[in-house]
Amino acid sequence: MRIGPFLISVVITIGFVYGLNKKWGSVPPIGKFLSPQFGVWQNAEPAENDFGAELKFAGLKGKAEIYFDNRLVPHVFTENDEDAYFVQGYLHAKFRLWQMEFQAKAAAGRLSEILGAGKDTAILNFDRNMRRLGMVYAAKRSVEETEKDPESKSACDAYTAGVNAYIENLKESELPLEYKLLDYKPEKWDNLKIALFLKYMSLDLAGPEKDMEYTNAKSVFDAKDFDKLYPITQDSLDPIVPKGTVFPEPSVKVVAPANADSIFSSWKNSTAINEFKPDKDNGSNNWAVAGSKTQSGAPILCNDPHLSLNLPSLWYEMQLHTPNFNSYGASFPGAPCIIIGFNDSCAWGFTNAMRDVRDYYEIKFKDDSKQEYWFNNEWKRAELHIDTFKVAGQKDFYDTVAYTIFGPVMYDKSYSGKRATNDKYYAVRWKAHDPSNEMMIFYKLNRAKNLDDYKAALPYLSCPGQNCLFADKRGDIAIWQQAVFPAKWKRQGDFVMPGIDSSYMWQGYIPMEENPHVINPERGFLSSANQLPVDTTYPYYIGGHHDLYRGYLINRYLRNMNGITPADMQKLQTENYNVLAEFALPILLKNTDESKLSSEEKKFLDIVKSWNKRNDPDEKGVAVFSNWLDSVEVEIYFDELSKVAVPFDWPERYTMVEALLRDSAYSFIDNINTPNLETTSDVVIAAFKKAVPVLSKAETEGKLEWSKYKDAGVRHLLRLPALSRFHLFVGGGTNIINATKDFHGPSWRMIVQLTDKIEAYGVYPGGQSGNPGSKYYDSFVDQWAAGKYYSIWFMHAGDKLDKKAKWKMTLDKL
Amino acid sequence: MKFFNSVLLTALLSFIAGIYFSYWWFFAVIAFLVALLIHQRGFKAFSAGFLALFFLWFVLAFWMDLANAGVLSVKIASLLPLGGSKWLLMIVTAFVGGLVAGFAALSGSYLRSSNPKK
Repeated sequence: MRIGPFLISVVITIGFVYGLNKKWGSVPPIGKFLSPQFGVWQNAEPAENDFGAELKFAGLKGKAEIYFDNRLVPHVFTENDEDAYFVQGYLHAKFRLWQMEFQAKAAAGRLSEILGAGKDTAILNFDRNMRRLGMVYAAKRSVEETEKDPESKSACDAYTAGVNAYIENLKESELPLEYKLLDYKPEKWDNLKIALFLKYMSLDLAGPEKDMEYTNAKSVFDAKDFDKLYPITQDSLDPIVPKGTVFPEPSVKVVAPANADSIFSSWKNSTAINEFKPDKDNGSNNWAVAGSKTQSGAPILCNDPHLSLNLPSLWYEMQLHTPNFNSYGASFPGAPCIIIGFNDSCAWGFTNAMRDVRDYYEIKFKDDSKQEYWFNNEWKRAELHIDTFKVAGQKDFYDTVAYTIFGPVMYDKSYSGKRATNDKYYAVRWKAHDPSNEMMIFYKLNRAKNLDDYKAALPYLSCPGQNCLFADKRGDIAIWQQAVFPAKWKRQGDFVMPGIDSSYMWQGYIPMEENPHVINPERGFLSSANQLPVDTTYPYYIGGHHDLYRGYLINRYLRNMNGITPADMQKLQTENYNVLAEFALPILLKNTDESKLSSEEKKFLDIVKSWNKRNDPDEKGVAVFSNWLDSVEVEIYFDELSKVAVPFDWPERYTMVEALLRDSAYSFIDNINTPNLETTSDVVIAAFKKAVPVLSKAETEGKLEWSKYKDAGVRHLLRLPALSRFHLFVGGGTNIINATKDFHGPSWRMIVQLTDKIEAYGVYPGGQSGNPGSKYYDSFVDQWAAGKYYSIWFMHAGDKLDKKAKWKMTLDKL
Repeated sequence: MKFFNSVLLTALLSFIAGIYFSYWWFFAVIAFLVALLIHQRGFKAFSAGFLALFFLWFVLAFWMDLANAGVLSVKIASLLPLGGSKWLLMIVTAFVGGLVAGFAALSGSYLRSSNPKK
């Protein structure tokens, strides 16, 4: 009996198994993870994988046939609508389960459950931010609304059943890689997760408010200077609704509180909140040209939403075909329907309206218990919600949020973003809190046949505000800026507002008929690129934050184009011309006295002088111009803005450029910290001299070419470099039609020509599979980066034997 | 011959167990049982268990990587950090399996040694 050695050896063996089965910090459970029969090797999808299969599910009502083309785009044929959503849920889960679940968890403020509290509790703070904003509250109200409508309820139920059909049959070895890496398992899907995902999109798109920043700026600047820094309109504006359009009298009259103006000067309130903000360039382009301007005589519709570029991609391309509808386009893994796409009769697309539908009110509580707050001359009871956060590797965390008549008190003594100095209470009023059933706009558009159907679909979109573009085979084109927008008095909600009574609350909503819209314009084209939708004659206050140059340039091109083909539209969608440079560079050059420059500085000046004003990937002038302009901005504004509490907001680029074009004695040019009165020429040269060292460094490192300077890529959702695609050879940038920044840009490019036989093109920077071990994980990235498209196969029932149908999957009822 | 047989049996049964049991570590039980059944002295038993799983896991990983055209292994080898070398990843994989199986087999060998007349 060798009991001693035996016991030692057994303990070692069990110790190894235990240790290798456990996650150590960020190291995955190495044994489980590397096991070829269970771990990550199982995710190594064979390059010649056969995606064909025959499966049976109790949740199906009939037979479903799925034809995958060579890009792994599924063309789904079902015998009824519910089955189409079941299959959509099933396919989303099959190819994108981890991402769907992760995004729903992020929206629900539950990332700490899987990732832990994070460095400096950053992840827990992210979660708290989501919950305090009322994301779950909003999603729950949305589910109630969705389930009231039999059509949306059945679509969501079927979708959820499809996702769960996949999850329930998932073997441990088949778990997506990220689950293995982080060592957790998917939970059951439900309709709340659909709503959470859609609210997450609302947050991404209906979050461009700068109330805190403006409040801080307001406490330093007078009204006149404030308007100069943050104007509400632009000189070069080419709005969505052409200038000169006559608007009807507003049916909702709003009255600014009597003290709204005086409060500007008296209520000096500085906030110091560092928020989680969506990318300010979350924008998009869309346009449609009428048959009168195309070679084929049929309308062409184009759309490219600009969002964070992630792997797995936000989008999943697919076709849904039932006896009732036949729709193709980009879908959201996590929600039913085709989001941006087309059907047998029409095409549709969206850009962000950039309106401000999220406002803050300062609440006066009786005491720190937050139980009662002062409202309309009495103490009113707040509803206290206690949120529980499960934190991986730690004790549960509890957070108490007070709900007021305005909404949840997002910021209080216990939570002020990353800065803990805050002692005020700010309740958030967000349009996305209100009950709504956004999914139905997509549901209806998927089935739309004509302009009337389009108009009937629009009212479902309550938030986020979108420019909904439409074109059909009959030749109609239309655009509608749609959402349920609060009717605001001028500047309402641009700052934190007093919350002691109802006087600063939203007073009503703009009826859909009075939202900016254009149908079949004489000029033969429609476009939107996040610019102001209307000029100042529009009877309601627009607010929000708007782009200028993309829309300006798109309209200029479209105005001059005729006999347009889909190829022309591809060229326009990937256009790299920098129209901002056309405005700004002459001012810079005019104010530059070359004799004041060193030879090194002169070298860069020559580069920008000979630049063709294109943000092409190999141009060197772009970096010089961009840095110079950034530097001018700092020279002009920083002396004034440095007096504002953090966070503050830099004026928009166009505000500065238009001011310089308008007025050579723009008051902010003078540096208030020097005795001299600076001139435009002084700041332009000083700015250039400060920009040059950065440029010299870039040149030494061989990174002056725009693609290298900008260094764009597509990042994995967990920001893991190994699963990302970096250093892409792409041009474009902010203010450019091809709006590709570093990790943000055109997330789905689509062009649809509405000829009898639809001709469509599409591409997105990702791939159909969410599995990093699949060759379809990033298979579209290079095509996208090169500005090329895939010709879309819009399959019909008669095409089932076509060679393009590479794999067939059959799902049948059990 | 004993050595060769135990290597082969451990590898084969571990592979089959991987199909029918949903525990990644079940091969440790196999290695233990095989060492009990085909008795060898400590070092030999350990080596047999180690080699069985080293080869099994290496071959499986190699095979899957070949079919996958190396798409995933390079990514995991940069994630883990193994300098992006897929060969290193395969060796580490094989080593992990081998180590656990080796000690499991060693345990089996020691248990059998309890028989006084060896």
